[in-house]
Amino acid sequence: MKYVLLLVPCVLSLCTPFYNIIEPRLGGFPFFYWSLLLLVPVSALFILAAYKGEAR
Amino acid sequence: MIENLNWPATLVFVFFFAVVTVMGFLASRWKSGPLDVLHEWGLGGRRFGAWITWFLLGGDLYTAYTVIAVPALIYAIGAYGFFAVPYTILIYPLLFVAFPRLWAVAHRHEYITAGDFILGRYGDKWLALAVCATGIVATMPYIALQLVGMERVIQALGFHGEGIFSHLPLTIAFVILALYTYSSGLRAPAMIAFVKDTMIYIFVIAAVVYIPTQLGGYGAIFDAAGAALDKKVAASGGKVAAGLILKPAQIMPFITLAIGSAMALFLYPHSMTGILAASNGNAIRRNAIALPAYSLVLGLIALMGYMAHAAGIQVSNPQDAVPQLFLKMFPSWFAGFTFAAIAIGALVPAAVMSIGAANTFTRNFWKPFVDPNLSPAKEAGLAKLVSLIVKLGALLILLVMPTQFAIDLQLLGGVWMIQIFPALIFGLYTRWFTGPALLVGWAVGTILGTWLSWGAMNWTPASNFFGWLSFSSYNGLTSVIVNMIVAAILSPVLRGSTADQTTEADYQDRRVPA
Repeated sequence: MKYVLLLVPCVLSLCTPFYNIIEPRLGGFPFFYWSLLLLVPVSALFILAAYKGEAR
Repeated sequence: MIENLNWPATLVFVFFFAVVTVMGFLASRWKSGPLDVLHEWGLGGRRFGAWITWFLLGGDLYTAYTVIAVPALIYAIGAYGFFAVPYTILIYPLLFVAFPRLWAVAHRHEYITAGDFILGRYGDKWLALAVCATGIVATMPYIALQLVGMERVIQALGFHGEGIFSHLPLTIAFVILALYTYSSGLRAPAMIAFVKDTMIYIFVIAAVVYIPTQLGGYGAIFDAAGAALDKKVAASGGKVAAGLILKPAQIMPFITLAIGSAMALFLYPHSMTGILAASNGNAIRRNAIALPAYSLVLGLIALMGYMAHAAGIQVSNPQDAVPQLFLKMFPSWFAGFTFAAIAIGALVPAAVMSIGAANTFTRNFWKPFVDPNLSPAKEAGLAKLVSLIVKLGALLILLVMPTQFAIDLQLLGGVWMIQIFPALIFGLYTRWFTGPALLVGWAVGTILGTWLSWGAMNWTPASNFFGWLSFSSYNGLTSVIVNMIVAAILSPVLRGSTADQTTEADYQDRRVPA
């Protein structure tokens, strides 16, 4: 159960209908691309949090 | 044959190739151990800490074929090719949660393959054989595709041969690879991975910073690519589904392909080898945090497919898009550097894949079924030999069969590989499922997945499950769900062996301080 937070980035990455849009753009990137690319480091932060939480 | 050769690019290419060849042979002395036992040759003696594992797994999972094929897919059909990003977001939580358990139990019982664990856990050598066969069959075309990636860049250097000479540079490169893998084992790709990954990071950063300045920024790149893809859709009369975002019918295939690919990835023998070679479970956890750096790079590499559109690259084979982009945008020497990075990027996974396949062939087929009294020295000797045969087999696939065949086989390989998910991943947590039930589930899933993929014209990755679903779903995912249901229904009925070498404590790696 303690790993349930790890599901957050996974579920977000699969909410495809919600990010399958062009606007708002960021730095020229359509939303589809920048949101997914941003989610990569965010998912790493979630795993880091799980790692720290586990070590305690 | 070489009259059109791009000499500056070729010289840089050959230089880096020579450097890694020397490293490959010297690697046998690195963190040295007795290379005549299998876990030394085939797992580097389990001495790889978090850093080496990061380079090795990164070099192993993000292959040359990926670097060529993902932007090729983006170039050809747009957003759908970006499934690689959610896919790589899904794999690391799984790696973090499940695989330290596998590492711990493997370390305790000296398992070096998935099949070893299955045999120890379920006491069922037929289930272990199924896992072994699946791994080998799925890996061979994957190695062949590494060669495809390598060949694309060799051709981009300007090399064009006739007949048997057309594959000459590739054959030479591969024979060299086979020889140093034979002598150094997993240490060779681990060492080369440092060079490969560093080179990949350099060329990706150079590309994503420099190319947009030449093409009017990312906004202009996306606009140009969107226009090119729309034109393609219009030209096909709406038959081709392509665009900057997904068409409604592509959404479910996109989601299910990401899930299915993520479930299959760490089941491949080469992933398993990279994971089990870690020196402790925490090295794996820390890698689950740090490996997403490669996913970011992969996402950026994918966008090079769009840069190719914006740069006006027109190629009939989308796999040539990225090499041609680099030739057009960069000086020759830097294009040569990039091509060397991609070619070396093929060597690391090809070596690890052949080692993984050789380990499982020796441990889960030869030893239990042919020669139960295999001595440790003979075991290692046999694995080395098999690694040679596996590579030659992959080379043969490429030489005698059309490239499309290797691509189809690799796609099917994913559908097959995922079928060992219930036995392996569920097995890390429970012994409730029984060996025979899992074996039947595996067989049903494999046959069903293959059947679903057998399209009217060609192999197709997704289907609507004989019309039962209102959308298309990745066949690997659909069939593994059926596999799980079959295994769950049959487990109370088909009891099989109750043997289990492992205890719950064996799955905890934290008893030993890292």
